[in-house]
Amino acid sequence: MAEARKRRRMRISAIVGTLPMIVVAVGVYVIGIAFTFYWSFTSSRLFPNNNFVGFSQYERLWHDDRWEIAVQNIWIFGVLLIAFSMVFGYLLAVFMDQRIRQEDTFRSIFLYPFAMSLIVTGLIWQWMLDPNFGIENTIHTLGWTSFQFSPLVDQKTAIYGLVVAGIWQSSGVTMAILLAGLRGIDGEIWKAAKVDGIPSWRVYLFIALPMMRGAIGTAFVLQCVGVVRVYDLVVAMTGGGPGIATNMPAVYVIQMITSSQNVGLGMAAATMMLLPVITVLALIGLVRWIAARRQAAAIRRELATS
Amino acid sequence: MTDTSAPAMTLPADAREPQGPKPHRISPARIGVYGFLLISAVFFLIPLYVMLVTSFKTMPEIRLGHLFNLPQTWTVQPWIDAWMNACTGRDCNGLSPGFWNSVKIAVPSVIVSIIIASINGYALSFWRYKFANVFFGLLVFGAFVPYQVVIYPLIMALRQVHLFSTLPGIIIIHTIFGMPILTILFRNYYAAMPVELFKAARVDGAGFWQVFLRIMLPMSVPITIVAVILQVTGIWNDFLFGVVFAGRSNWPMTVQLNNIVNTTTGTRAYNVDMAATIVTAAVPLVVYFISGRWFVRGIAAGAVKG
Repeated sequence: MAEARKRRRMRISAIVGTLPMIVVAVGVYVIGIAFTFYWSFTSSRLFPNNNFVGFSQYERLWHDDRWEIAVQNIWIFGVLLIAFSMVFGYLLAVFMDQRIRQEDTFRSIFLYPFAMSLIVTGLIWQWMLDPNFGIENTIHTLGWTSFQFSPLVDQKTAIYGLVVAGIWQSSGVTMAILLAGLRGIDGEIWKAAKVDGIPSWRVYLFIALPMMRGAIGTAFVLQCVGVVRVYDLVVAMTGGGPGIATNMPAVYVIQMITSSQNVGLGMAAATMMLLPVITVLALIGLVRWIAARRQAAAIRRELATS
Repeated sequence: MTDTSAPAMTLPADAREPQGPKPHRISPARIGVYGFLLISAVFFLIPLYVMLVTSFKTMPEIRLGHLFNLPQTWTVQPWIDAWMNACTGRDCNGLSPGFWNSVKIAVPSVIVSIIIASINGYALSFWRYKFANVFFGLLVFGAFVPYQVVIYPLIMALRQVHLFSTLPGIIIIHTIFGMPILTILFRNYYAAMPVELFKAARVDGAGFWQVFLRIMLPMSVPITIVAVILQVTGIWNDFLFGVVFAGRSNWPMTVQLNNIVNTTTGTRAYNVDMAATIVTAAVPLVVYFISGRWFVRGIAAGAVKG
């Protein structure tokens, strides 16, 4: 009796101790998301209301040029940034793996931009890409007057300026994660490859790369989460401009709930941001579930035959 | 996320020696390796170098446009202006109020969020009550949710309890958004501890809090260091939550920096802007250079979420 009561008290302590977690998990990630979803079907302006308007906010959203540009931008930004950052990061990791001197110094240099705020990164590159004072003008004064490198002033190219800043900020992290992955590979493959006379670039490309799926996945996920959340960089570097050329979904939502006072539309946009995340997570869950089932079935067959 | 047992810290950030093929002394390949790394290092370092030299130049010299030259006449006035006199709108107090606001936000946020997350991790590893893993699964899901999806419901919730635009409000927000990653971090750490340790303490009659305070806490120093690094840099670098939740009188340094640089009317004092940017980046950079490899470990641990 006493023992059972004591155990129950213990369990209550554990629940009390994790109360903040329960409140956040349910309050923010269930109820909060439910409210966002609900408000996206209302005509809420500055404050939420309960005036149900069906899908009309979503209709408005997909007819809004700003949103269209924002979606287009996040694709350009995301695909280019992740591709460049992965390739550049892996190249850096491979070169770092060549028993070089001063490895720690190089690592510190490649990684320090990641320690700084994206506001700082944005301001640094706003300056570097400034047509009057930045790289372009400096090259001009050196005598190459036709040189052009000021993407931020043109609506068509401003998004690529953001990509440059993004690469500068995040390639070092990709390098660090992929280098950890490289070092985690069994060292025997180098001896084996040497015996077989396989050149090392082929080992890195065709043998090492497929063996470090975990590290690649980690780097990829980290980049994706960063891309979807990109807000500070845009605000600091372009403010979404010139015009609306560098708008992004994350910026759009904040604009809607603050200056534009259009909560209903903002919540529809927020729901659209959540949709791909849920889809990808569901797919990963499904793949794991199928794999687990297959494994279980295989084990059962194994047991049946033995 | 159906499988919440997956996130394991499998990345030995720097576990082994480089395993690349053994190099010859000096060969063209060797020169190529160092050439690539040095050019990359220049790419990463040039923005910082430009910022530093510009912040010590006078405005007339900046207008000449020699971005890479050292200052002809060195001046520290831009640094003094950035700290005390730079204007955001009508206030001309420089960055120093923002610095102290950031300290006031970061210190309690770091402490509160780490205390809560360590209790979460401990309870999830040793006191799994019914549904505990459901809450944890929701938190892991939350690690992937774009902030914009839950920001508006949180604004409304904090308004209800009159904490919107207050210091406690922004501390709560940082605690909420830090919780997913920190909880994963601590849970994985405690899960790797020998369960016998816990059982022995239980046999001796220690309860939930006693085991935590006497056994687990003293053994949590390494993971706490990682968590502190992660939180200090993360919260210091935050812009979005600061600008939305802190309120004008509590705006953190990143927000004031962006205001100083991007909303100034009239001629821009680039040297002051650069000095202000470096001052804002200084705290996370110092943390980064002191912590060295711990920082990488934090990224890797925080990144392994899927």
